Amino acid sequence: MSDHKIRLTVDGGPVSKTVEARQTLGEFLRDGCGRTGVHLGCEHGVCGACTVIVDGKAVRSCLMLAVQADGTEVTTAQGLAAPDGTLSPVQQAMMDEHALQCGFCTPGVVMTMTALTAGGARPTEAEIKAAMSGHLCRCTGYQGIMRAARKLAGVNA
Amino acid sequence: MKAAPFDYVAPDSIEAAVDHLARGGGESVVLAGGQTLMPLLALRMATPSVVVDINRIAELSGVSRLDGATRVGATTRQATILTDPTIAAHAPTLAQAVRNVGHHQTRNRGTVGGSVSLGEPAAELPATALALEAMIETRSPRGTRRIAAGDFYTGPYSTVLEPDELVVALHYPDLPANTLTLVHEVARRPGDFALTGFIGAFTVDGGAISRARISWLAMGPTPMRSPKAEAALVGQRVGQIDLDEIGRLAASETDPMDDGHASADYRRTAGARIFRRAVGQALETR
Ligand SMILES: Cc1cc2nc3c(=O)[nH]c(=O)nc-3n(C[C@@H](O)[C@H](O)[C@H](O)COP(=O)(O)OP(=O)(O)OC[C@H]3O[C@@H](n4cnc5c(N)ncnc54)[C@H](O)[C@@H]3O)c2cc1C
Ligand code: FES
Ligand code: FES
Repeated sequence: MSDHKIRLTVDGGPVSKTVEARQTLGEFLRDGCGRTGVHLGCEHGVCGACTVIVDGKAVRSCLMLAVQADGTEVTTAQGLAAPDGTLSPVQQAMMDEHALQCGFCTPGVVMTMTALTAGGARPTEAEIKAAMSGHLCRCTGYQGIMRAARKLAGVNA
Repeated sequence: MKAAPFDYVAPDSIEAAVDHLARGGGESVVLAGGQTLMPLLALRMATPSVVVDINRIAELSGVSRLDGATRVGATTRQATILTDPTIAAHAPTLAQAVRNVGHHQTRNRGTVGGSVSLGEPAAELPATALALEAMIETRSPRGTRRIAAGDFYTGPYSTVLEPDELVVALHYPDLPANTLTLVHEVARRPGDFALTGFIGAFTVDGGAISRARISWLAMGPTPMRSPKAEAALVGQRVGQIDLDEIGRLAASETDPMDDGHASADYRRTAGARIFRRAVGQALETR
C-alpha cells in the first residue's frame, strides 16, 4: 500500500498532505481538511450527497481517490459563502425556497447547482431535472430544490 | 477507509501503463473514470494489489477523425461526448446513448473506454459499439490489436481483453448517408440502468430500408444483435413494414434474464413495444 504526497487547492486555500492510496477524496476532505460539510452517504456513487466541484466540474467525491486530486482545485459547500458569512446565490435560493429539511443531501445538491449556474449559465428546466436526478433527497420531495434551481436559472415553471 | 489497501501508480504513457499491468500478473487493475471501479473497491468486490490510474496519459483522451471513422480515446469523458463538435457532426448516436449513461456528475468522470471495457450487459455504450460496428483498439506487451465490438464480449463483465491489455481507443465508422439512428430504453428513473433498450441504425434508400443494425442492452449476458430482424427489414418499403412482427422477431433473438428488476418476459414484451413505437415514429417523421 503506497502513500502519496499531494498538493491541491481546497476552497481557495493551498493544502499539502500525505494520503494513503485507498483514501477517497471525500474521506480526505472530511478527515484531512476539516470539510465535514462533504457528506458521505452511500460511498458508492448512488446518493450524490458527497458531490464537490473539481476543476469546475461537479463530481462524486466518494468515486475519486484523494491522490487523483493532486494538482486540482476543489470547492466544497464550505467554500461558497463570503468570509463575512453572506450566503452564495445558490445557498440563499435554497434557504428562501425551503429546499432542505434534515440537510443531509444539501451540500451535494448545492454543489451541483453551483456548477450548473456558474458564470451566469442559465440551464433549462430539462437540464436542471437531468442534473438533479443525480441526487437522492429523503425529506423534501424535491419540489423546494426544483424551485430554488428554477429561480437561479430564471426559468418560470 | 473501505477499500482494501493497494499500491497506486499513475503512469504518463501507454507503454508504462501496459508495463505496470504486465508486471502485476493479473493482480493489477486499470482505473479510468472510477464510476464502477471505485464502488467495487469500496465494497471489496475488487481487491487488486496495484491500481494503475490511466487518467494522466494525455494521448488516451480526445476525439479525432481517422480513415472514415471517428476515433474516441479511451479516457475521453462521457460528458465530453455530449458537447464535442466532431461527435455531433459524425457520430451523434454516441451522444444519444451517453445521455442515458448515469448522471451529470458521473459523466463528468466516467469514460467511454471504461464503460466499453467493463461490459455491463445493461450498459448503453457496449450496445452502441455493437450497433455501430465499432472497432476496439488495444495495446499490450504483444503490440496493438483491433477487435470488432461483435467479437469483444464473452459474458457479463467478460471480454476478450487479456489482463495486461489496455483499451486505447474506439473507432466508430461513418454510417452510410440517409441513416437514421435511434437509442431507446426503459429505466425506472432517468440515470438508472435500463431494464431493456435498443440501439438501431436504419438506412433508407429510395423509400426502402437498405441496411439495418439492431442491438439490445439488458437483454442477455452481453449486448446482442438481432441478425434475423435486421435481414428481414432489408428491402421493405417504409410505411408498409409490420413493425409488430419485426419487433417480436428482434426481441426473440435475445436471451434476457429474470431478476429482481424485471422478468425475462417483461423485458421481451417491453423491448418489442419500444422497438415498434420508436422505429415507427422515426420512420414516419423522417
Ligand atoms: C449512480 C451511477 C449510475 C450509473 N448508471 C449507468 C447507466 O445507466 N449506464 C451505464 O452504462 N453505466 C452507468 N454507470 C456506470 C458508468 O458511470 C461508468 O462510467 C462505467 O461503467 C465505467 O467507466 P469508468 O470510466 O468509470 O471506468 P472504471 O470504473 O474506472 O473502470 C471500469 C472497469 O473497466 C476497466 N477499464 C477501464 N478503462 C479501461 C481501459 N482503457 N482498458 C482496459 N480496461 C479498462 C477497469 O479496470 C474496471 O474493471 C453508473 C454509475 C453510477 C455510479
Ligand atoms: S456518498 Fe458519494 S454518492 Fe453517495
Ligand atoms: S433534506 Fe433530508 S435528505 Fe434532503
